[in-house]
Amino acid sequence: MSIKERLSGNEAVAIAMKQINPDVMGAFPITPSTEIPQYFSGYVANGEVDTEFVAVESEHSAMSTCFAAQAAGARAVTATSSAGMAFMWEMLYVTASARLPVTMALVNRALTGPININNDHSDSMGARDSGWIQLYSESNQEAYDNFIMAMPIGENKAVRLPVMVCQDGFITSHAVENIELLEDNEVRHFVGEYDPDHYLLKKENPLAVGPYDISAYYMDHKILQAEAMKNAKSVILSVAKDFQKLTGRSYGFFEEYMMEDAETAIVVIGSSAGTAKEAIKELRSSGKRVGLIKIRVFRPFPMDELAGALSHVKAIAVMDKCEGFSACGGPLFAETRSALYDLDVRPKSINYVYGLGGRDIRVEDFEFIFGELESIVKTGLTGKIYRHLGQREEEVLK
Amino acid sequence: MAYNLKNEANKPERLVGGHRLCAGCGAAIAVRGVLRALDPEDKAVVVNATSCLEVSTFLYPYTAYTDSYIHSAFENAGATAGGVETAYRVLKKRGKIDENYKFIAFGGDGGTYDIGIQSLSGALERGHDMVYVCYDNEAYMNTGIQRSSSTPRFADATTTPVGSVIPGKFQNKKDLTAIVAAHDIPYAAQTTFIGNFKDLHEKSRKAIYTEGPAFLNILSPCPRGWRYETEDLADICKLAVETCVWPLYEIEEGVWKLNYSPKKKLPVEEFLIRQGRFSHMFEPGNEWMIEETQNYVDSKWEKLLARCG
Repeated sequence: MSIKERLSGNEAVAIAMKQINPDVMGAFPITPSTEIPQYFSGYVANGEVDTEFVAVESEHSAMSTCFAAQAAGARAVTATSSAGMAFMWEMLYVTASARLPVTMALVNRALTGPININNDHSDSMGARDSGWIQLYSESNQEAYDNFIMAMPIGENKAVRLPVMVCQDGFITSHAVENIELLEDNEVRHFVGEYDPDHYLLKKENPLAVGPYDISAYYMDHKILQAEAMKNAKSVILSVAKDFQKLTGRSYGFFEEYMMEDAETAIVVIGSSAGTAKEAIKELRSSGKRVGLIKIRVFRPFPMDELAGALSHVKAIAVMDKCEGFSACGGPLFAETRSALYDLDVRPKSINYVYGLGGRDIRVEDFEFIFGELESIVKTGLTGKIYRHLGQREEEVLK
Repeated sequence: MAYNLKNEANKPERLVGGHRLCAGCGAAIAVRGVLRALDPEDKAVVVNATSCLEVSTFLYPYTAYTDSYIHSAFENAGATAGGVETAYRVLKKRGKIDENYKFIAFGGDGGTYDIGIQSLSGALERGHDMVYVCYDNEAYMNTGIQRSSSTPRFADATTTPVGSVIPGKFQNKKDLTAIVAAHDIPYAAQTTFIGNFKDLHEKSRKAIYTEGPAFLNILSPCPRGWRYETEDLADICKLAVETCVWPLYEIEEGVWKLNYSPKKKLPVEEFLIRQGRFSHMFEPGNEWMIEETQNYVDSKWEKLLARCG
């Protein structure tokens, strides 16, 4: 039986955590994810969970706590944003390399420089090579659903990798939306018990974690980690299938919206997809064949599947809510364009870096982008590939 | 039962031979000494900050520990020990494990006085039931003898080299044991390798079997960094204590207690002259360095005596 509620994205994730009742939570306050540990410590205070909540003195210690607790044989969760995750950086790699499936609720926020508390994806995009599985959410419902699917994916024995469940700071984390929750027992049954083969507190067999790994071994360990990330692809799909049986809600590597006959398409991550869908509805009503791909799984990157989904399209715009400073486009663009390379006939592709530090993106912005794509198709000229959208004094910045 | 070195030495080693630490290194002596204070039937998880100790005792695929062991980074041994201890409490509460475990973290002075002090302070404040041991060799030895905040004044280190205008490190050693004691944890102590190791053993037992966070600061000489002959290790430790450069004391539930007072306090030269890192202090014209060092040691000693009542 589903429970109908109205919740913010932060509260939805906190409720998912409560329903899971993990062993340990280590967390430190940072806007806009602060509410998650705040709600959760309320559940602890009222005995609604019997998780050990460790209110650490920094995010570095939050991830160190989760890493250590998971290595000891416990299931550990955390929540953070932006500079908080940047402060965990070292430990993100450590946790992934030790093959410990810690689960993180990441509420995406711009990285500091200058300080800004609003949404973009520079935090998680920066961590894209850290070895974490990354699931992105468009809505509060998706943030909740992704969090419930995270542990069955990460803890799968063929995977054993940490998972970050991303949602957009303030846009979904603080906005209240209608949501359908599962019953507690349904969540516990779906997520199951954490059952590692090896852990520090296993009495029959002590374990040593975190060796000095010399050149004779390091590379082989990295390849095992890379294999685990490959294995994650089929696990992500099979967990989604089970989740669909339970909820009726279907998930894949990405969502295809009006793609079947699309001539032009936008590829986007996160909450902006909702705005893009509105633009698509309007353009479709005036006969434009436009579509959208919303990436849910960025790590592992669904390269072949994405290429397949875009193979019939004539021109695409890839939207990066993150400036990569490569001087030639953002990270989603780099990987999407790379995915297209193996197609015999490729769509033309452009990149828009947008929404940095919470800069708004509107329905008319997407309409403008589809207009640009239409003229690329018409003229056969791509023009400038690496573009920015929504900035002040656009002419000057061009 | 009264302390007996022979009985203690007959216990099975928990840090076994085959590790790669240097001859004459204090780190392995500290670890063996502390782990020997565990009741043999008790299990332990050893936590390590990145250090000489770490790279020498768990080089894949060989661990030198008979207990479970965890290391990940330089600055987080406090939080890591806290994380394992938290997992232990919750798994015990949930009926998933039933054995008794102790949690003992080892960090060098770089990993404790400097980069790891925040993580240590946080773990002490949160009250995890754990022991944090600093094996203090007064510089970053693993990377090649760079100065730390534990390096004493005038010592020659590779980032405070003695030059024609600079006389080694400018600053005095940070008083970490006092900083830790200011957290009001149940037990903190300073010790080193003296005589039959009774002081180290008794303090280790108290630290391990006192509920809540406990801290041991163990002066652990390094033959390469301090430049002494490996067989001089015990003499150097003894001189550190007899000159009051490294006093032996403990703080139990806030009460400071001096564990040893030299009958005749030796001049600091006797400690300094045995080590190459201080050799420039004995050159003509540098007498002031020895004088200032003596004054500093005297003043710290007087303050300690006052604290210990």
